[in-house]
Amino acid sequence: MSDHDYRPKSKVGQWFNDRLPLLTLANHLTDYPTPKNLNYWWTFGGILTFCLITQIITGLTLAMHYIAHADMAFESVEHIMRDVNYGWLIRYIHANGASMFFLAVYIHIFRSLFYGSYKAPREIIWIIGIVIYLLMMAAAFMGYVLPWGQMSFWGATVITNLFSAIPLVGEGIVTWLWGGYSVDNPTLTRFFTLHYLIPFLIAGLVILHIWALHVPGNNNPVGIDIKKPSKDTVPFHPYIVIKDGFALLMFMIVFAFFVFYTPNILGHADNYIEANPMVTPAHIVPEWYLLPFYAILRSVPDKLLGVIAMLSAILILAALPWLDTSKIRSAVFRPLYKQFYWILVADVLILGYMGAMPAEGLYLLIARVATAYYFLHFLVILPVLGFKERTLPVPLSITEPILGGSPNLAAAKHRESKIK
Amino acid sequence: MKKLFKLILILSFFSLNSVQTFAAEKVDYLKTDWSFKGLFGKFDRAALQRGYQVYTEVCASCHSMKYLSYRNLSEEGGPEFSEAAAKAIAASFEVADGPNADGEMFTRPGKLSDKFVMPYDNVKAAQAANGGAYPPDMSVLVKARGGGVDYIYSLLQGYEDPPSGVTLDDGVYYNKYMYGNKIRMAAPLSDGIVEYGDGTNASVEQMSKDVTTFLMWAAEPHLEARHQMGFKAIVYLIILTILVYFSMKKIWSRVESEV
Repeated sequence: MSDHDYRPKSKVGQWFNDRLPLLTLANHLTDYPTPKNLNYWWTFGGILTFCLITQIITGLTLAMHYIAHADMAFESVEHIMRDVNYGWLIRYIHANGASMFFLAVYIHIFRSLFYGSYKAPREIIWIIGIVIYLLMMAAAFMGYVLPWGQMSFWGATVITNLFSAIPLVGEGIVTWLWGGYSVDNPTLTRFFTLHYLIPFLIAGLVILHIWALHVPGNNNPVGIDIKKPSKDTVPFHPYIVIKDGFALLMFMIVFAFFVFYTPNILGHADNYIEANPMVTPAHIVPEWYLLPFYAILRSVPDKLLGVIAMLSAILILAALPWLDTSKIRSAVFRPLYKQFYWILVADVLILGYMGAMPAEGLYLLIARVATAYYFLHFLVILPVLGFKERTLPVPLSITEPILGGSPNLAAAKHRESKIK
Repeated sequence: MKKLFKLILILSFFSLNSVQTFAAEKVDYLKTDWSFKGLFGKFDRAALQRGYQVYTEVCASCHSMKYLSYRNLSEEGGPEFSEAAAKAIAASFEVADGPNADGEMFTRPGKLSDKFVMPYDNVKAAQAANGGAYPPDMSVLVKARGGGVDYIYSLLQGYEDPPSGVTLDDGVYYNKYMYGNKIRMAAPLSDGIVEYGDGTNASVEQMSKDVTTFLMWAAEPHLEARHQMGFKAIVYLIILTILVYFSMKKIWSRVESEV
């Protein structure tokens, strides 16, 4: 990296930069050599940054009008929707923004899985990412509780009750979490506090995530190490900035469609009924982005084991850099892994669908098979595949596949020339 | 461009997928043309005014609407009664206020700033007067029911004699659109139960449509503003996206690569 050579042109700039090298940082960020073959799946990092900032800004605005009290929360949300200037807009952006955030993060995670971005030397980036994802789920869950509708209340009851599965101390922990003997006002106020705190923790971790990324640099669709800067790279600005901007705008069109035309479709109708501890809804369903894990939880007959399975399903991802034994990063050069990758995608979508269905009969059976396969993929298929799979030859630089067409084509040509 | 297309395809798949998940419990509700659906959907002003009449003469004797104020009736995007008319409506209700300088509670005629007066003082009183069933608050009722407007519209017209084999307790009625088919509310509408000022025939179907339109507005008072802004925002985004696309092509033409 050329960071160290950078020196501001103006005297004032030099004076300032010697004391606080902000200009060096800005120069590093604009000059940052990025692989030039990044496809649109790589734009979701920038999109996620946008999502986080949007959630924080709309969230701060909502917090100015929201009242975290069991008797007033529901009413204050209606006050926001009716009487606060553009309150409906801010709230619908925030509520749908959570779904958009998860949509983007799932694409981001699955991109990483496809191109092996979690492998050495990027394990730390990946693990920070998993922590961010966990915090996102916590923030989203607690945010969903704040309007104090029926789903808020009963969702909070179901999820907090999971802790009662812990032997001996479980019940005590649940009482401690609730701040009483049921989900009530103390639960709401602490959830509000934590919901307010977590996004800033996420923001801090995002900075670490990007910092850790800037040490080895971006992975790329070919998945090989590249020289930086070189013919294989372009400076972040303007090339990646404009490309990320273009992708972000398309993302915003989808986002805007939800906000302006179907703002409630991703939520549950029951959450427009004020929380009532005396009436349990017919089906208690979490938000769509938590459904795959909800399906795993319910597919295990034992409560404690179910909770362990659900947590393991997420935490197993942190061990991924060591479970995947293949030296080749990109699935483009791993014909078998590529197939198993798409089976995993289908498996997670099936789990999500089963999470929304009642846990009985055929639904439960399918959820159990899908749960078993989920763990099989990470614990058996991935480690074995690394040893057994015959991978395709990997090009030496990314200029080669670009000039020769798609990476697949280039690899084929490469093989052909070897045979000759 | 092929990649672009793929991206859009995947995005739409994700959104469709989640939509389908939640539309799982679909019942065949009665259909009618709602003027407020679609990209430019707006409320039918006359229907809102008639709907308010149905609400206030029929529903309001049991159902509260506690998040609405009388001023909302004259606001843009709603029934748009004249301010004088809204004031007169408000003044026709007695509102509890106080305490005054003597520490006494008192009642006075309603003002525009008052919330809709509730038929019962609290939930318990409402339950006591209705055989234990609480008539739900109607402020956000349309959004609080799975089928939305179609469900409410159908429910109002869904009363019929129970099929043989179904026995109903006293004060329970049969409705083919109600979850479980048993409902504690007697059929609220009958032909001619209200007399419309504009000469519209007050059939059950007409009143159901009018009052459901009114309930939709009550739940989403800014729906018209939302649709108008949404159209502008999306057109703006599309134009900007096209401009950025060509800028991107131009910038990337300097390097040997494709975007």
